[in-house]
Amino acid sequence: MATTIRETVASLRRSPLLAGLSSLMVGLALFVLGLFSLAAYNLRLALETVEERVEVVAYLREDLRQVDLDAAVETLETLPGVEEVRYLSKPEALERAIRDLPEIAEVSTDLEVNPFPASLEVRFLPEGRTTETVEAVVASAESLPAVEDVRYGQEWMERLFFLRRIGGITSLILGAAFATVATLIIGTAIRIAVFARREEIYVMRLVGARDSLIWRPFLLEGAVTGLVGGLLATLLTWATHQSVFHFLFELSWIPTSWVLSGIGIGVVFGILASNLAVRRYLKEV
Amino acid sequence: MIKLLKVTKEFPRTGAALKGVSLHVPKGAFVFLTGHSGSGKTTTLRLIHMSDRPTDGEVRVSGFSSLRTSRREVWKVRRRVGFVFQDFRLLPGRNALENVAFALEVTGCKKPEIRPRAQRLLSQVGLAVKSGSHVHELSGGEQQRVAIARALASEPLVLLADEPTGNLDDRATRGVMDLFWEINAMGMAVVMATHDLDLIRTYPEARVLELDQGRLVYDSSEDAGRG
Ligand SMILES: Nc1ncnc2c1ncn2[C@@H]1O[C@H](COP(=O)(O)OP(=O)(O)OP(=O)(O)O)[C@@H](O)[C@H]1O
Ligand SMILES: [Mg+2]
Repeated sequence: MATTIRETVASLRRSPLLAGLSSLMVGLALFVLGLFSLAAYNLRLALETVEERVEVVAYLREDLRQVDLDAAVETLETLPGVEEVRYLSKPEALERAIRDLPEIAEVSTDLEVNPFPASLEVRFLPEGRTTETVEAVVASAESLPAVEDVRYGQEWMERLFFLRRIGGITSLILGAAFATVATLIIGTAIRIAVFARREEIYVMRLVGARDSLIWRPFLLEGAVTGLVGGLLATLLTWATHQSVFHFLFELSWIPTSWVLSGIGIGVVFGILASNLAVRRYLKEV
Repeated sequence: MIKLLKVTKEFPRTGAALKGVSLHVPKGAFVFLTGHSGSGKTTTLRLIHMSDRPTDGEVRVSGFSSLRTSRREVWKVRRRVGFVFQDFRLLPGRNALENVAFALEVTGCKKPEIRPRAQRLLSQVGLAVKSGSHVHELSGGEQQRVAIARALASEPLVLLADEPTGNLDDRATRGVMDLFWEINAMGMAVVMATHDLDLIRTYPEARVLELDQGRLVYDSSEDAGRG
């Protein structure tokens, strides 16, 4: 192992520019992953709080009959995923509107009729907060004779999901691009390292050294490259988090397990990339 | 200990370098492998070292068959087969001791034993006083001795030598040959490729194999058997 470490250090010192560039590329690839994780994690936190408030509001007809109302409540309450169905009468709706927006009070006293419709508010169980159950409730509510109109937060939720998907795809493309460049540069670095050690490798094979002993320094070099890249990415992501936090808006830092996984991905990637290069270039010497 | 069974070796562009060669080198033998340039001497030694595999036939070295020894396991064969060359192939950046120590290190010798064992090997080849000299400070004969010490590092059963005296003057040649006989006397087989017939005649006790265009055309041991 001491030999392996010595060879690896020697190799890294032989071509510090390439070693640095390899790490930088791995770092950039992982930085993209880090930014995506940061965004995805915060979005997930935001969605969790929003999801707790997921509800469907069914506005009721003016000429509502009590039987239709009872039937509507009963129908909606028995649907899967529904926690409760609350009836909000016209006066209650007006009251709530005034509470939310006091100016309405002044206007409404002048009004002969109350413009706010009665409604049924459907709340969901935690496990019922999925697009499918929500849509099933909406469809059912729309078909009820008591119901005039149905509103729910689906549109902007979909937009959020859409944004997340766009972000994911962009990160994937950018990350893949950096990873490809990283693979190429690691390949070049390994090739130079193999070439610089070709005489030693020749003698090792001649006298019967195990293959693993020949490979190890190169794989360790890849692992070090990946590790440095991972740490660099962590630093960049953290710096981004800090500036956004201080100058733009509050942002949560990603969990430590995510950070460690990211660094782990870097190390594994470094080993795989150098393995690929070693396989290829050891044949040439 | 070494067996070639109807070995044929073809190269993509140059065609067959060996054509159905069968031979047996028993433990402790001293064999000269001779023949014109291009007759297949180097190819034969490389097949025994499993640096190359036969296109057809089988090479057996101390229980390892070329048909069944995977590339992962080939190091086991190499440790039983020492190899020296006309051009020595030492590591230029290191001194004599370090060249031998490197071979010990990469073949799994324990750290504290490396230096003393390398010293002992250099003494064995008569080069103890030059152990600190760098490769470029050594004469051809001395470099070949370092190469022999390196080849002995894994305590092989056979020493292959490909024109080991090709770059040496008469005195150095004699020195190296004496060393080979010493090593042979300790029980190690020696297979030496050379086209120096005068040199071969100096050692009538050795067995001589002659190759011609990839075929084994003469074996002195069969001669003796018949005559
Ligand atoms: N790696 C190779 N690729 C293609 N052809 C080869 C290769 N090695 C050897 N040969 C061919 O095989 C034949 C035998 O070569 P080999 O080196 O075994 O001869 P040799 O007896 O050692 O000759 P010399 O005395 O000149 O060293 C030659 O015709 C040579 O061209
Ligand atoms: Mg030859």
